[in-house]
Formats: sequence, structure tokens, C-alpha cells
Amino acid sequence: MSRALTIRDLPREERFAPGHRMCQGCGAAILMRHITKALPKDTIIVQATGCVEVTTTLYPETSWMNPWLHIAFENAAAGASGVEAAIKVLKKKGQLPPGKEVRVVAIGGDGGTFDIGIQALSGMLERGHDILYIVYDNEAYMNTGIQRSGATPFGAWTTTTPVGKVWHGEWRRKKDIIGIALAHRVPYVATVNPAYLPDLYAKVSKAMSIKGPKLIHAFSPCVPGWRYEPALTITIAKMAVQTGMWINYEIENGVLNVTTPVPKRKPVREYLKLQGRFRHLTDEEINTIQKFVDEQVAYINKLAGKEVIGPVEA
Amino acid sequence: MGKIVPLSGNSAVAYAVKSADVDVISAYPITPQTTIVEKLAEFIANGELDAEMIHVESEHSALSAAVGASAAGARVYTASSSQGIVLMYEIMFIASSLRLPIVMTIAARALSAPINIWNDHSDFMAVSDTGWVMMMAENNQEAHDDVILAYRIAEDPEVLLPVATALDGYFMTHTIEPIDLIEREDALSFAPKRKTWFTLDPDKPVTIGALGDPQWYFEFKRQQYEAMKKSREVFEKSVDEFAKVFGRRYGAVEYFGDENPEVVLVAMGHVVGNIKAYLSRVRGKDSRAGVLKIKLYRPFPEDLIVKYLEGVKIVGVVDRALVPGSASPGPLHSEIVATLRKHGVDAKTLSFVSGLGGRPVTHEHIGVMFSKLSELKDKPASELPKEPLFIGVRE
Amino acid sequence: MSSRLPSWKELPIGAVILEPGSSRRYKTHEWRTLRPVINQDKCIRCRICWSYCPEPAILEVDKPYVTSTNRRYEITYMVDYDYCKGCGICAQECPVKAIEMVPEVR
Repeated sequence: MSRALTIRDLPREERFAPGHRMCQGCGAAILMRHITKALPKDTIIVQATGCVEVTTTLYPETSWMNPWLHIAFENAAAGASGVEAAIKVLKKKGQLPPGKEVRVVAIGGDGGTFDIGIQALSGMLERGHDILYIVYDNEAYMNTGIQRSGATPFGAWTTTTPVGKVWHGEWRRKKDIIGIALAHRVPYVATVNPAYLPDLYAKVSKAMSIKGPKLIHAFSPCVPGWRYEPALTITIAKMAVQTGMWINYEIENGVLNVTTPVPKRKPVREYLKLQGRFRHLTDEEINTIQKFVDEQVAYINKLAGKEVIGPVEA
Repeated sequence: MGKIVPLSGNSAVAYAVKSADVDVISAYPITPQTTIVEKLAEFIANGELDAEMIHVESEHSALSAAVGASAAGARVYTASSSQGIVLMYEIMFIASSLRLPIVMTIAARALSAPINIWNDHSDFMAVSDTGWVMMMAENNQEAHDDVILAYRIAEDPEVLLPVATALDGYFMTHTIEPIDLIEREDALSFAPKRKTWFTLDPDKPVTIGALGDPQWYFEFKRQQYEAMKKSREVFEKSVDEFAKVFGRRYGAVEYFGDENPEVVLVAMGHVVGNIKAYLSRVRGKDSRAGVLKIKLYRPFPEDLIVKYLEGVKIVGVVDRALVPGSASPGPLHSEIVATLRKHGVDAKTLSFVSGLGGRPVTHEHIGVMFSKLSELKDKPASELPKEPLFIGVRE
Repeated sequence: MSSRLPSWKELPIGAVILEPGSSRRYKTHEWRTLRPVINQDKCIRCRICWSYCPEPAILEVDKPYVTSTNRRYEITYMVDYDYCKGCGICAQECPVKAIEMVPEVR
């Protein structure tokens, strides 16, 4: 096993330009900055409609340094499939230099991936395109104003799951996007978190070294949507891992490896209380979330074959 | 020139796609388009065509992948029909706005409901406002030739728009005719592959698909308008050269009939052939009647329509699609009325809606249309029916 | 905008942006109500603020610095005030509290 990367290994060169209009403290902006650092320079990026897309390409300016394409909301995976097929055949037909390694990455938000883009994603994964798909998951339709998506977690307030006399935030559980990707028997899936950047860098780099379809699920704190002060993006991202709300792992050819072990978990309450979207939760609802997290932790530990994520500390 | 072989319309199209040496084919099965893509799959499987086929999971993804492949610099092809075409609707606007020279064949078919796999022009007309250059063939030879013409027009640096070529479902797609095949060498010398558009090149990284705010959006729509206008000039140049090279002459519109007609039927697709046959065999040469075929639907060739319809007493427009609630529920009739009005041509018009959902437009129907036109040709416009005449429906 | 914007004839077709990274031309500093100030004597050059900046608006430059206690560093972290939106992540995450968020005055 290769040496674990540290913060010193992150390249200084920026491949994502400032001047973008992503919010103060945006988690997705941190993700994009380090994803682009980890991508080989000759990588074409295909992006779904969403926060990142609209805030980084306001004509006549772009924050992207790679060739970049946006078509629509639900088709980043399909557009990327076309790009990848084109490169393959143009190379074969001698219309691209044979030595040139042009790679393809698709990026979408949770709406563009879990919901409206799931069909195109499934097609891309099933056909075996050599594409890394990265979903930055801010757990709702933030670009249109915080409407719930299939990635919104249980209990979260959104503008379409408001808190009232009858409704009390989102009442369904988040969709398991990693499970969906795995059902396509892809060689590599991973989860990343902006608080753990060397881990993110290593996983994007590794994914790009593997042929075939890959999926990376990225935790993406959202200041206006999650209702917290912009300075807390990383604090919240760390707390998600420390409570087991989010687990950093990768599954390579069926073998799971937790990349951020947590010997002692904090109670989920510590994560929830940092965000206004969970402010209304009752003790009973918090206990329900704790139960969901305990179940997920047990599942991951079982796949890992050992207790990598420990019990909640008293 | 080439070999003459008996081919169905769909096979004729597939052979042309092969001769155009396309790089990427991205398509999803739908009747009656399927046999085009089946044939292409066979070509690739046998090593006769070096292309990537993307077996997408929907027509939406078919066109999305085509956009991606075209943006990456490939010559791309897709084909669809009916529900598939309207599932692509969203991306059709984007393909034309991103100025990508994709070529697509529409095997024209009715739209649901009721679900109906047979031919009319509902799908073609439904996407006629998406910014694509659009043409429709009358016979299989033309459907074959249109593919080659389409690449030539689409990739012209002054155009750079996607082009849709259409042929009537079943009446053409599954009907066999002798085809004079355009061979690869001739196709590629007529429509050479050249990178005339912005592509996703790591050595020159561009951003394609940016957000255009109110300060910028309008300018790009204005550009598209101009490109569409230019495509007409390029069409004319291309058909001229096509005639020289291949000996077959096509026009944006084509007229058949009496030299000084009083009544003219305007139509598209295979029905034009039926009308021609009717005029030659049934009605006889002496009557003052003719048929005007519209081959190029976008951009609509107004000047030629004026040229042929000026001096005509009454124009009947055969629509094989229906837009309930429109001022002119026949979309082709709508275009003809707008053209005549705009250019001060005072020919009266009559809208015929016929042959929906695969019902044949027979000589009997065509006879009814000509009779109606003759009956009304000397009446004042105010006495003409204001609603379309439905020909062939059970009242 | 006071300068004349290009006509449709002057623009590359299809709204394609030809200059990579050109959003640099747009300065986002006006979003800021608090400004981070790095205390170079306190800073331990751990790289954390640089890594977590969403813009990026913290520059890592090869500029030596000698602290008041005579410790010499080969690199200096500097805030790029053209782009900093004042989110405060850098100050929040700094392990030695070397970054202070101070009210912006203009």
C-alpha cells in the first residue's frame, strides 16, 4: 500500500479560477478546487446544470481551465459518454495524436445525479464508459432555492418539506447512490469530504488511474441551504465524519476500505445542532437519525470485516 | 456513378451514413427508425464502418451523447421517430444553440395517443421550432442523398447547425426501391470531414455551454438566426454541386405539373409522389393543376414558394399533422399563408389535413382535394372555409 | 457597464468561452463584510487555510519571512483580497488562531 497523502502533497497550482460566484464558504467550491488539482490536465469535464455550473461559467468568463461542457440538467453522464466515445474512435482513426491520454469526468449535483440524471448515470455505468462521475451532494435543489431531492436526509427542513403543524421536515430516507452504482458492478466507488482533502485528492487520482466507470460521492455542505454561518463549512464536514453521518471509504473491485477510521463516534446531535435545517427536530427524531447512522455504521463495519467506525462515546 | 441496389428507405439512409464515415452513432430503438441503426450496427460488426456505437438508454441520452461526441470533434449521427423525437426536444434546442453539426434522421411517425407506429408528420412538425435545418425526402434515393447533403450543410463554417433529414415511416422506411449508392470516396469528397467548429481540445481548453445572462443571451440567438439564413445559400450551392457530381438535382422546393397552373397542391414527403402520379395518370396533362413539393422546411424557402405560387388562383396545402387550436391547424398551411401574406401574393389557400396516423392519402383523397380547389378557385376569399378540410376521416 | 459590449457579429458562435480561467477578471471582494488578516508571526505555515479556501483567495508564495522570534519560513500565506468573499473558514480552521476576521471598511 502506498504512503497516505498529507496536506503537503496537494499541488500548489490552481486549476479552478477565482472570480466564480459560488456562495461565501461554499463546500462545493472547495471540492471543485481540489478535484481539478487531482485530475490529469488533459481531462475533459462534462457538467450537469446546477449551482456549480451556473456560478462558474457566466459568459464571457469561466472558472474552468480544462475543456468543459455543459448540456442540460439530466444528461451529464450521457454527454460524457458521447465525449468518451468520440475520443476513443478519433484516436483509433488517427484524428487525435495516439500518445495523447484524454480522460473524461462528469460532475453533477445530487438533483442532477440521484433524481433527474439517474437514468443517464445508470446507462453510463452499465455501458462501461471510461468515465469518472463525481456527485457533489448538498442534499437538496440548492440552485433553485433549497427544494428537497432524493438525497435530502430524514428530518431536514427544505422549502418543499417545510416545518408546520402537519409536516416536520423531510420524512423519507436519503437514497443510497453508492449502492446504486455498485449494482452496476463498477470497479471503483468512493466517498469524499472537503474536510479531508488529501483523502479526496488520493481518491480522485486513483479513480483516474482505473479504466472503466467510477463514481465518487462528495459531501458538500451548503451555507444557505443548511442554514449555518459560512465559516463553519469545514467544522460541519468534520463533524459529519466524527458522528458517522458521513463515512469516508472506497470500494475497489468489491473490497471496502474505510479511509477515515473513527474509533469513537460523537452522537449525531453534535452534527445536527450546527445546522438550522435540523433546528426543529425532536429528541425522538434525533434518536431515529441516530438509529439510521448506527445501522449504516454496522453495515460498513461488516463490509470492512472489522470495527473501523467505533461506538458512540458516552 | 455507384452501384444500383434495391434498398428499403432505412437501409438507403444507413448506407449513406456509412459512406459519410461517421465516427459516433448514438441511438435508441424506436419503430420505424430501428432498421437504420440495426444496419449500421451490422456495418460496424462486420468492420465495414469504423465508428463507436453508443447503446444509450433513451433518446434523450441519444441526442445528449451526440452533443458530447460532436463537441469532442466527432462526426456524429443519430436517428429516431415519434415519441423518441419529442423526448429529444429539450436537447434539440441545445444542439442547435451550441452550433454542433449533428445529423439526425427522422423516420416520420405519428405521436401518441393513441399510440400509433404509422406514418404522419406530427413528430417532424413538433420539432420544427428547435433551430435545426430540416428537410424531408420524397423517395428513398432522396433519403439516401439527403444524409450526404446534410453533413455538407451542417459542417459548413458559415452554418454549423444540426440538420434533420426525414423520410416517411413505412411508406419509405420499409419500402424497397432501387438506389444509386454514393460510395465513401465520393461522399467524403463532396462532404469532407473538417473541424470547422469549437471542440473540447485539452490543448485549447474552451468552455462550451456557459450561462448567458440578459446582457449576452440575445446576441447568440441573433447569430443563430443568421446561421439559419446562411444555410439556405449553402443548401443551394450544395444541391448545385450535388447535381454536377451525382447527376441528381434537388430543390428546396420542386414543382411538377401544368406550366401555368390555376390550382396547386403543396405537400411534403412520399405523398408528393402520389400527387404527381395522380396528375399524370388520373387527371391528365391538360388540366391547369400542379403540385409543389417542399423539401427544405427549415429554413422555409419563401422566395421559391412565392415564385411558384404567384399567379395561382388557389393553393391547397396538404398537412399530415394537426395543431388543434392554431389559427391554422395545419402547420405547413400556416407557413404557406404567412409566406404568401408577407410577400403580398394574393393566392387563396385551403387547408387539407389528411393521412394522420398512417392512413394512406389515396388518389381518391387527392381527387377530392383537387375537386375542392377547382370548385372554390373563382370564389371570393371570404367564401372559403376557415377551418381545415379533413380528408379521409370518418365523419 | 459603461464600455461598449460586442455586437453579435463580433462574438464567437454558440457562447463558447475561449479563455480558460477568465473568471479571474471578475473580482468578488465586494461580497466581503469581514476581512481575514494573517498574523505572519503566529502563522505556522501548516497550509490549512490555503487548502480550505473556496475561492481560492489564499496564496501560497515563495517569499521568505522571519518572525519576531527569528524563525525563518521560506513561504508566506497571503490573502488575495481581490477574491476573498470573507467567509471566515480560514480563521475558523486555523489551528493557532493566526487569522483574525476584522470588519471591512471601504
